Amino acid sequence: MAYSKDQLLARLKDLQIEFSQYEHPAVMTVEAQAKYVGNIGGGLSKNLFLKDKKHRFYIVSALADTKVDMKVLSQRLGLGKGGLRMAPEETMLEILKVPLGSVTPFALVNESARDVALLLDKGFKAQERCFFHPLSNDMSISLNTNDLDKFLKSIGRDPAYVDLEANPAVGKDQPPDLAAFVPSGSTVLPDLPDPASAVQSAGGSHVNANNNCKAATEKAIKPAKDVQNVKDKSAKAVNPSSSFTDAEKFVEEILDRISAKLLSETKEGNIAQQGQELGNEIANRLRKCCYPELKNLATIFKNTAYTQGFHAGKASSLTQCPRT
Amino acid sequence: MDKNEEKQREEEREQVVSPWEVSSSGKIDYDKLIDKFGCQRLDQSLVDRVQRLTGRPPHVFLRRGVFFAHRDLNDILDAYEKGEKFYLYTGRGPSSEALHLGHLVPFMFTKYLQDAFKVPLVIQLTDDEKCMWKNLSVEESQRLARENAKDIIACGFDVTKTFIFSDFDYVGGAFYKNMVKVAKCVTYNKVVGIFGFTGEDHIGKVSFPPVQAVPSFPSSFPHLFSGKDHLRCLIPCAIDQDPYFRMTRDVAPRIGYHKPALIESSFFPALQGETGKMSASDPNSALYVTDSAKAIKNKINKYAFSGGQESVELHRKLGANLEVDIPVKYLSFFLEDDAELEHIKKEYGAGGMLTGEVKQRLAQVLTELVERHQVARAAVTDEMVDAFMAVRPLPNMFD
Repeated sequence: MAYSKDQLLARLKDLQIEFSQYEHPAVMTVEAQAKYVGNIGGGLSKNLFLKDKKHRFYIVSALADTKVDMKVLSQRLGLGKGGLRMAPEETMLEILKVPLGSVTPFALVNESARDVALLLDKGFKAQERCFFHPLSNDMSISLNTNDLDKFLKSIGRDPAYVDLEANPAVGKDQPPDLAAFVPSGSTVLPDLPDPASAVQSAGGSHVNANNNCKAATEKAIKPAKDVQNVKDKSAKAVNPSSSFTDAEKFVEEILDRISAKLLSETKEGNIAQQGQELGNEIANRLRKCCYPELKNLATIFKNTAYTQGFHAGKASSLTQCPRT
Repeated sequence: MDKNEEKQREEEREQVVSPWEVSSSGKIDYDKLIDKFGCQRLDQSLVDRVQRLTGRPPHVFLRRGVFFAHRDLNDILDAYEKGEKFYLYTGRGPSSEALHLGHLVPFMFTKYLQDAFKVPLVIQLTDDEKCMWKNLSVEESQRLARENAKDIIACGFDVTKTFIFSDFDYVGGAFYKNMVKVAKCVTYNKVVGIFGFTGEDHIGKVSFPPVQAVPSFPSSFPHLFSGKDHLRCLIPCAIDQDPYFRMTRDVAPRIGYHKPALIESSFFPALQGETGKMSASDPNSALYVTDSAKAIKNKINKYAFSGGQESVELHRKLGANLEVDIPVKYLSFFLEDDAELEHIKKEYGAGGMLTGEVKQRLAQVLTELVERHQVARAAVTDEMVDAFMAVRPLPNMFD
C-alpha cells in the first residue's frame, strides 16, 4: 500500500540514483530543517500541497528562497484568482500518504497520488544538489536534479521545471502559461467527514459508476477535458449534482469544457495559421468536438429539471386534493 | 410444427440466430439472415432519404451499415414526408446489471432517431421475460430493470418524449387487452414454430410473445396516444429480435392495426472475434460501460482479436486482414470521422499502420464514449427514473 521511507530508499538504490541521507529529529519547517542540514551544500526545498476548487491536487516544490505567490500561481494555472489553497491535512494522509511536514515530490510514488500535479522550481536546476524528505520528515536526502528526474521518470512522470517567480500577464490574449499542469484526472475521495474512516479506506481508486454511493464522489474525465462532475454531499438520498440543477454552475461547466478544448486546440501548432483563418478553423473544430459533450450535459440538465418539476407537481396535487 | 421451418432449422445448424441464442461456426452471414428472415437491405438510397428528411447527417451506424436491414422503413418515411408522425419502440431484457457497449448500440441509434425525427419513444423493460427465462426472482428482475433504466436514461433520452416501463409494473388495462387480442391470433403451433418451444417449456414462456408484440400498437398506451389509433410505429432493434416482430406484423392487420416497421442492426462482435455476439455473461468478451480507461485499454490490448500479421516484417509486407480484425470493426461502429476511418483501414490493410496504433486509437475513442456515459449515469437519480417511468401524458412529444 503506502510506500515507506525504507522502501523508497531501497527503490532509489535499485534505480542507481546517487543520494546522500541525513537523519535528524522530525522537522516541521524549512527553518528547523536548516538547523540540521543547512550548512551541507545544497538547496533546501519547501514543498506545498495545494488543491483547487475542483478538488485537484498539486505539489509545488521550490527552493526555500523562491517566492511563491499563490494568487499568481492560481492565475497561471488557469484557476482564476484565489483558486488555489493549502490542501487539508486529511488529504495529505489520504493521497500523498505522508503526514504534515513531510510533503515531498517522492510522495508521488504512491498510486493514490497518481493524479497529483507536480511543479518543480527551475531554481533547483541551478543547484548542485537539493534536499527533500524521503516520505518522512525525520530524514533529508540530497540529490542532483538529474537523479530526481530519473526517479520521476521511473514512476511515469514527466519532470518539468518552471519559473515559479514569474508573473506573466494572463488574459484574453495570453492564456495561462501553466494550464497544462492542471490534472486531467482526479483522485476519488471517499466520504471525508469521518477522518477515521478516511484513513482506513483505500484512497485514489476510481469509483464504479454504478456504485450507488451516497457519499460525495468525483469522476475522472479523459485528457483535453479537465472538468469534473461533482456530486453534492447529502445526508439523505442522492441529490443531483449542482452542475445540473443550478444554471450558474451549468454554464460554468460548459464554459470550462469549451475553454479546455480551446486550449488544447490552440496548442497543436495551429499558430502557423494566422488571425481570422485560425479563428474560423478553431470555431469549427470546437463546434464539432464539443457538440456531443455539451448536448449530453444539456439533456441531463433538462431531465433533471423535469424530474424536480414532476415530483413537485405530484406533491402539490397530493396536498391540494386529499382523497377520502 | 411447421414442417418447412423444422427442416430449415435442421439445415442451418451452423448459424443460429434467435432472441435467446446467437452463434455461428464461422462469421455470421447477414445476407443469408436477411434472406431467411425475409426483411430488406437498408441501402444507400434510404440512408440518403433519411438525411434529406431529417436535415442532418445520418448517424454513424447508418453510414457504416451497422443498421443494415429494415421492414417497411419506406412506408414510415413516405408518411413522415406527408406530415404523419410515428413513434419509436425499443426495449431491453434486463438480465444483468452490467451493460456492455453492444447493449448501448440500439439505444444510441434510437436516441439519434428521436432527435432527428422529433418523435416520442416507448422503452419496454422485459423484467418478466428475464424472470422466466433466466429464472430470476420477481424482485431481482424488477431491481435489474430499474438499474438498467438508469443506463438507458444516461444515453441521453429526452424525458419530455420518452416513456420507460417495466412489464411487471405496466401490464394490465389497455395493454393487456391488446395482448389478448394478439394471443387469440397466434396458434400454439405457430409460436412453437417461430420460437422453438418444446413440451418441456413452461407456459409462461409460451404466452410471453404477445407482451413484446403489443407495444407496437399505440392503443397499448392510452395515456400517450389516446385518439391516435393509426399512429405508426418504428422499432429499432438487433436482428435477432426479428421473429417477435414477424409474428406481430402477421397479426397486426387482423386486429386492425398498422404493421410496425423495423430497422435492424447487426451484432456488435465480441472482443475475441466475429463468431458471436457480445455476452454480458462472459466478462472478457465485452467492454462494460462501467470500465475504467485503464480497463478498456487492457481489455483491448489483451483480448481484442487482431487481424494483423504475426511479425512486424510480415505485417508491413502483407498488411492486416480487415475482415476479422476486431479493433477496426469497433472503430467502424464508434469512430465518427469517416475520413479518418478510411485512412486507418487503408494504412492498416496495406501494412503501414500497426495493430498497436489501431488499438490505441480505439482505446481513445471508447474511453471518451464510456466516460461521457459515466458522467451522464452519475446524474441519474431514482427520482429521475421515477419520472421517466411515470404513467403521464407527454404533451410535447412531437416538438
